Amino acid sequence: MVVDPSTVASLLLVGLARAMILFIVAAGLTFVLGVLRVPNVAHGSLYMIGAFAAFSITDAFGNNPAGFWIALVTAPLVVAAVGLIIERALLSHLYQREHLMLILFTFGLMLILNDMVKFVWGADYRSVTPPEILDGSFTLFDFAIPRYSIFLLILGPLVALSLWLLSNKTRLGKISRAAAVDREMVGVLGINVSWVFAAAFVIGCLLAGLGGALVAPTTSISLGMDQTIIIESFLIVTIGGLGNTWGALIGALLFGVSQSLGLLVLPQFAIVFPYAIVVIVLLLRPRGLLRSVW
Amino acid sequence: MSAENEKTVYESACIRENPRSKNEIVMYGVMLPKHMPIKLAAPRWLWLTLALLLALLLLPLAAPLFYIYIISVIFVTALLAMSLNLVLGYGGVYQFHHAVFYGVGAYTATLLITELAMPAWLAFAAGPVVAAFTGLLIGWFCVRLTKLYFGMLQIALGSLVWVIAYRWYDVTGGDNGIHDIPMPEFLMSFQGAYYFILIITVVCVALMYLILNSPFGATLQAIRDNPERCEAIGVNVRQHQLIGIVIASFFGGVAGVLFVALERSVFPGLLFWVLSLEILVMCLLGGWFTFAGPILGAAIVVALRTVASRYTDYWTTILGIVLILLIFFLPEGVMGWARERFKPRASKADQGGVS
Repeated sequence: MVVDPSTVASLLLVGLARAMILFIVAAGLTFVLGVLRVPNVAHGSLYMIGAFAAFSITDAFGNNPAGFWIALVTAPLVVAAVGLIIERALLSHLYQREHLMLILFTFGLMLILNDMVKFVWGADYRSVTPPEILDGSFTLFDFAIPRYSIFLLILGPLVALSLWLLSNKTRLGKISRAAAVDREMVGVLGINVSWVFAAAFVIGCLLAGLGGALVAPTTSISLGMDQTIIIESFLIVTIGGLGNTWGALIGALLFGVSQSLGLLVLPQFAIVFPYAIVVIVLLLRPRGLLRSVW
Repeated sequence: MSAENEKTVYESACIRENPRSKNEIVMYGVMLPKHMPIKLAAPRWLWLTLALLLALLLLPLAAPLFYIYIISVIFVTALLAMSLNLVLGYGGVYQFHHAVFYGVGAYTATLLITELAMPAWLAFAAGPVVAAFTGLLIGWFCVRLTKLYFGMLQIALGSLVWVIAYRWYDVTGGDNGIHDIPMPEFLMSFQGAYYFILIITVVCVALMYLILNSPFGATLQAIRDNPERCEAIGVNVRQHQLIGIVIASFFGGVAGVLFVALERSVFPGLLFWVLSLEILVMCLLGGWFTFAGPILGAAIVVALRTVASRYTDYWTTILGIVLILLIFFLPEGVMGWARERFKPRASKADQGGVS
C-alpha cells in the first residue's frame, strides 16, 4: 500500500482537531467526576444542548458573522445555566449516594434533557456555517489545511491551560481539589463545600456546552448526537485516569488520532481502532494512564 | 465446600460488631432486613406462582394478539433484567454493560442460522453458550477491579464488541442489523412464540431461583455484603464473582435468543450501552434485592413504552421523572418498599432501637 504523505498529514490534522473537541467534552466529564465523584451520563445531552443552542444563536443573527462568536460564548452559558438549576434542585441532595445511583440519576436526567431538546428544536438536522475567517482552507507546503481545524488546535490547548490554571492557581481550584480527596475535611475547615460543588458542576457543564458549540460547524446537529460522544468521553476519561485533566487530553489524542489514521489502514473499521486502543490501554493499566485524583 | 460450610460462611460474614444489627444488613447506606437465603419460598407464594403460571398458559386463548406480543416482550425483558440482578443485586458486582451478553446471544443465534444455515434449535442452544463464554472473557479481566473501575473496564470491553457489530457490514449487517431471520414453523405465529418464550423464561427463572438459594448463591450475597470478611474467612471472592458473571451472561444470552425468536431480527442497539442503562433502571424500579423485582421493573418499562408512547412522543421523560422520583424516595425499588412495608410485625419490633 502506497501512502501519500499529504494524505497522512491531512488525516492527522482531522484527527487532532477531532481530539480537541473530544478533549474539551471529556475534560468537563472528568472534572465533575474528579471533584463531585458523579459519573455524569447526561454530559452528552448537555453537549447536544450546547450544539443546538449554538445553532439557534447563529441562526438568530442571520448572515452576520458576529453570530458565531456570540454563540461560542453564550451557548456554553446556556448549558451552564441548565447545569446550575439541575445541581441546585436535584443533584446537590444526592452526593452521598453511591456511583450506581448517581449513574442512574444522571441517566434519568439524560432521558428528560433529550426529550426537551426534541421538544424545543425538533428532530430535524441542523447545521451551522462558521464565519468566513474560519471557513475553507489555506495551503501551506502544498497541503490544504482547513482553517477550522487550526482554530480548534489553538483552542484545545488553551482550554487545557486555563483548566490547569484554574485548578492550581485559584482558590476555587485548590478547594475543589481538596474536596475531591476529602470533602468532609474541607467542610470542617469552614468552607461552604456546597457552592464549591455547584461551581465545579457548572464548570463541567460549561465545557460540555463549549464542546457542543465548537462541534456545531463541523457536523450536522441532530438528536442522538449525544449517544456516541458520551460513550467516547467516558472511555477517554477512563484511560486518562478518573478525574485527571491531562489524562483526558492524552486519551482524547489517542482516540481522535487513532480513528483518523485507522482510515488509512481499514476505512470500514476506522471507528473500531480507538475502541481497541482503549481496551489495550485498560488491560495494561486498568486504572488509566495517569494517576486518578482520588 | 459442603452446604453447611457455605451457610456458616454467609452468617459469619453478615455478623456485625453491633449484636443489635444481627437482623439487618447494612448495604449501600440502606438498612435492609436480613432474609435467610437458604430457605425456599413459603407455600403460599408457591400456590400464587402456580396460579399465575396457569393464567399465563391460558392467556393466548382469550387475549388479542397485540397483548400476547407485549407480554412476550415483557418476558424477554424480564429475563434479561433478572439475569443482571443476579450479579448486581445479589452479587454486588457493578455489571454496567450487561446488554453485551444479550446482544451476543442474539447475534450468535442469528448468524448461525443465516450464515451457517444451522438448524434453529442448535443455534438457539449456542447463543447462551457463546454469551457465557464472552462473559467469562470479559469477566476474567474485570474481576481484578472493583466498583467504578470494574464498571468502566466492562463498558470499554463491551463497547468494543458493540462497535465491531456496528461496523462489520459483511457479517452483522452493520447498523442496519439483520431482519426476517428464518425460523421454525411454529415460531412464526405469535402464539407459538409466546409459548416458547413462556416455557424457556419459566425454566430460566426457576434455575436462577435455585442458584440464588444454593450455597453458591448464599456465598455470592455474603460477598456483596462484606467482601473483606469473606476474603478473610477463605472465600475466593473473585472466583465466585466470575462464576456469577458467567451465569448472568448465560441467562442474558438466553434472553437474547428469545428476542430473536420473537422479533426475528437483530441490530446493534441490542449491544449498546444505553440499553445496559435501561436494564439497570428496570432493576432499580423493581427493587435490587428482591428476586421478582426486575420482572416488575421490566413490566413497568415495557408497559410505559407501549402505553405512553401512544399518547405522547415524550414517554422517556415520564420514565426519567419516575426514575428520579424513585432515586429520591424509594431507593430500594417498588418491591423492596413493599417488602419493607408489609413484612411481619414481629421483626419490626425486633429492630427496636436501631434506626
